[in-house]
Amino acid sequence: MKIKKHTYIKITVTLGLILVTLTGCERGLSEEAELATFPTNGDIFIDSFVGGLDYFPFGGSFAEAFSVDQNESFMGTASMRFDIPVFGVGFGGATFPSTGPRDLSGYDALTFWAKASRGADINEIGFGVNGDTNNQYQVTLQNMPITTNWKKYTIPIPDASKLNQEIGMFWYAEGAENAADEGGYTFWIDELKFERLGTIAQPRPAIFNGIDEMLQTVKGSTTTITGTQTFNLGTGEDIMVIAAPSYFNFMSSDESIAIVNERGEVTILDSGKAIITASIDGVLAKGSLTVDSSLNISSAPTPTRAANTVISVYSNAYTNVNVDTFNGNFGGSTTQTTFLKLGNDDLIFNTNVNFAGIQFQNPTIDASSMNFLHLDVFIVSDTSSPSLSFNIRDRGANGELNTNVNTGGPTEDDQQIDFTIPSAQLVSGQWISVDIPLTGGLATQKNNLAQIAFSGNVDFILDNIYFYE
Amino acid sequence: MNKMMNAKTSNMNRIYTSKIWNYFILLVLLFYIGCNTSEEQTVATFSNLVMQDEFDVDGTLNSSLWTYDIGTGMNGWGNNELQYYTDRPENVTVQNGVLIITARQEDFNGAAYTSARIKTEDLFEQTYGRFEARIRVPFGQGMWPAFWLLGNNCNEPGFTWPQCGEIDIMEFRGQEPTIIHGSVHGPEYSAGNAITKSYQLPNDRFDTGFHVFGIEWAPDYVNYYVDDVLYNQITREDVTGEWVLDHPFYIIINLAVGGSFVGSPNSDTVFPQNMLVDYVRVYKK
Repeated sequence: MKIKKHTYIKITVTLGLILVTLTGCERGLSEEAELATFPTNGDIFIDSFVGGLDYFPFGGSFAEAFSVDQNESFMGTASMRFDIPVFGVGFGGATFPSTGPRDLSGYDALTFWAKASRGADINEIGFGVNGDTNNQYQVTLQNMPITTNWKKYTIPIPDASKLNQEIGMFWYAEGAENAADEGGYTFWIDELKFERLGTIAQPRPAIFNGIDEMLQTVKGSTTTITGTQTFNLGTGEDIMVIAAPSYFNFMSSDESIAIVNERGEVTILDSGKAIITASIDGVLAKGSLTVDSSLNISSAPTPTRAANTVISVYSNAYTNVNVDTFNGNFGGSTTQTTFLKLGNDDLIFNTNVNFAGIQFQNPTIDASSMNFLHLDVFIVSDTSSPSLSFNIRDRGANGELNTNVNTGGPTEDDQQIDFTIPSAQLVSGQWISVDIPLTGGLATQKNNLAQIAFSGNVDFILDNIYFYE
Repeated sequence: MNKMMNAKTSNMNRIYTSKIWNYFILLVLLFYIGCNTSEEQTVATFSNLVMQDEFDVDGTLNSSLWTYDIGTGMNGWGNNELQYYTDRPENVTVQNGVLIITARQEDFNGAAYTSARIKTEDLFEQTYGRFEARIRVPFGQGMWPAFWLLGNNCNEPGFTWPQCGEIDIMEFRGQEPTIIHGSVHGPEYSAGNAITKSYQLPNDRFDTGFHVFGIEWAPDYVNYYVDDVLYNQITREDVTGEWVLDHPFYIIINLAVGGSFVGSPNSDTVFPQNMLVDYVRVYKK
C-alpha cells in the first residue's frame, strides 16, 4: 500500500497559522478569518492510490479480496481488483480512507469505471465511511449492477457542501447472500475519483421512503430517521442513494414534544403530537414522521425468575437469544411493528394488527426443559370486542417451518400450541401477564421452537417474552 | 531539516513564479485566439427587433399575439402525444415575468395528461428572420417541450404538412437532459427523416437553468444557436427535397407528454412539470 504524507497540508496549516498570528498581533482574529482548508484533490485510484490512502478491510471480510491488478485496466496501467469469494466463505468489504481530510465540496459525484468477470450486483458501494465521525456523511448505493464490459458509474453526493473535510473516499461490501447469489467472481474498478460533472440535478430527498409515517410512542422514547437522496443524471437516469442523516436538516413542528439531532435520532420529550420533516440543501424531503406520544403507559412488571431457569426472547431483565425478526413479513399481514423505549425498558409495539410473528431460527430454541412461555401484554386500543391469540411453533427436524397456507397451522413435522387470551382479561390500559403452557402439540416436541405468532384486532405492546421451567 | 525544506520551498516558489508567468502569456494568447474564434463564429446578425414578448404582465397571455391549440388534435397532434391541451391557468399562465406551461397528470376529457400549446398563427407571421426564446425545459421520461415554426399555409390545398414547411428551433427529450435538437421538415424530409442536428451542453443540462435557443433564417440557410454557440447551418444543399422555407411562418411553443419522439412517461417521471419561457423575440435583418 502506498501511503503519501500530506506535507502540503502542514504547509497550508503553517502558513494559515502565521497569517492568523500576524493578524492576531494587529487587531485580533476577525470574523472573516477563514479556516485552514484541506486539499481538494478528488483522485482516489488512477493507476495507483493518489494523495495518500489507507485500506481497511471490514471485520469478517475475505482477507485476499482486494489487490492492485497490473494486467487489467480501463485506462493506464492498473486497476483495483476485488475477488469475491463463493457463498459460505465470507464476503469482500473494505473502506479506503484518505490519510488526511480532503475538501470534496467542489465535486458533485464519485465516479469510476468498472467491469466484472460475470454479471453481478454489488450489494453496497459508496463513500463517507469514517470511523472518526461514526460515518457521519456515509453514502450507500445498493445493488449496483455490473457487467463484463467496462462502464462508467456515478454515485452522486447528496449535498457536497457537507464534505469539506472528508476522509471516507470509497467503500464497498459484496458477497454471496445465498447459494444462488453470485459469488466466486472478480470485479475491477478503475479511474476512481470525485468529479464535478455539472449534470447531477433535480434532487428529490426523502425520509421514510417518501411516506408520511405515523408513530404512536411514549415520552422518553427514541427513534431514528433514515433517508435517501435521488438525482437525475446526465444520462437521464434517476439514481437513489442512502444518505446518512447528517446530510439532512430536520425540523420538528413542536420542539417541546420531539427534537431531532443531526444523527436523525428523534427524542420524545413530552406527551403530545409533533411532525418531523427534513430537507437537504434547502429541498424539502418527501415523507414525514408524525409522532403521537400521548400514549399513557408504564413499564411492565420486572421479571423475578432466576436467569438460569429461563430462555429469554425479549426482555431487559435477561440475556436474549438471537431473534431473526419481530414481524415476519407474512403475506396479507397489515401489522406494523415498532420499538418503544420507556426509560431503560425496551418495548415492542404492534399496531394495525391482524397477524404477524416473531421468528428465531438461527438457531432455534430447545425448550425441552421448559414448561411455559411468559408474555407481558399492554393493550392500547379501545376495541369493542377485543381478541388476541398466540401460537408457539416447533419447526421439527426438517429444518424449515411448514405452514398450511389456508389455515396458517402446522403441517409435515411441525407442531404448535394455540392459546387465546380470555376476552375478560383483555382490558386496555394495563399490563396483562400471560403464561402459556407448552402442551398440546408441543407436549412431546419442543426442541426446535422457531416462532411465536399472534393474531387479533387490538394494538398492543409486548415485553418480557421468555420460556421458563 | 527545516532549513532544507525552506530552501526547497523557496526554490519551488521560483519555479512556480516562472510557470505562472508562462500560464499568463498562454492565457493572454488564448484570450486573443478566443476573440478571433468568436469573430469567426458570428452567432446572429439580424438585429432589427420586430416582435417581442417579455411576459412581464402576470395572468393570461397577450391575446393580440398568442392563441391556443386545444384538445388532442388528430392522432395526438400527429405524433401519438398523450396530453390534452387546454388554455386553463393550470396549464398556461404568466407569473413573475415568466410564461409557465405546466404538464399535469390528471384525467381530462379522456386523456391522462394535460398541458398547453400556444401559437402566433394569424397574429404574428414572418418570412425569414431571427427567432429566439429564453427557456428552461422540464425533465423526465416522456417530456417533450418544443419551440418551433410552422408554415402558415398548411391548411391550403397542395400545401399540407410537410409541404408547408416546419423549422424546429428547439426540441428536447426529457430523458436526455443534456441534449437539444434543431430540425427542418419539408417534402421528402419530414418526421424521422427531417434534417436534424443535436447539440449537447458541455458539463451542464437544459432543465436546471434558462438557455437561449434561436435560429437565423435567411433565403438560403437556417442557422441554429444555443446561447452563444452556433452549432448548425442548414442550407438548400443540405435538404433532401424541395426547399420550402420561403413564405411566412408562425411560432409555436408547447410541452407535449409522450408521443413517438419521446415515448410515454414512466413511474420515475415527476409531475407536474414546468416549461418556463422568459421571453420570445423576433428580429429582421
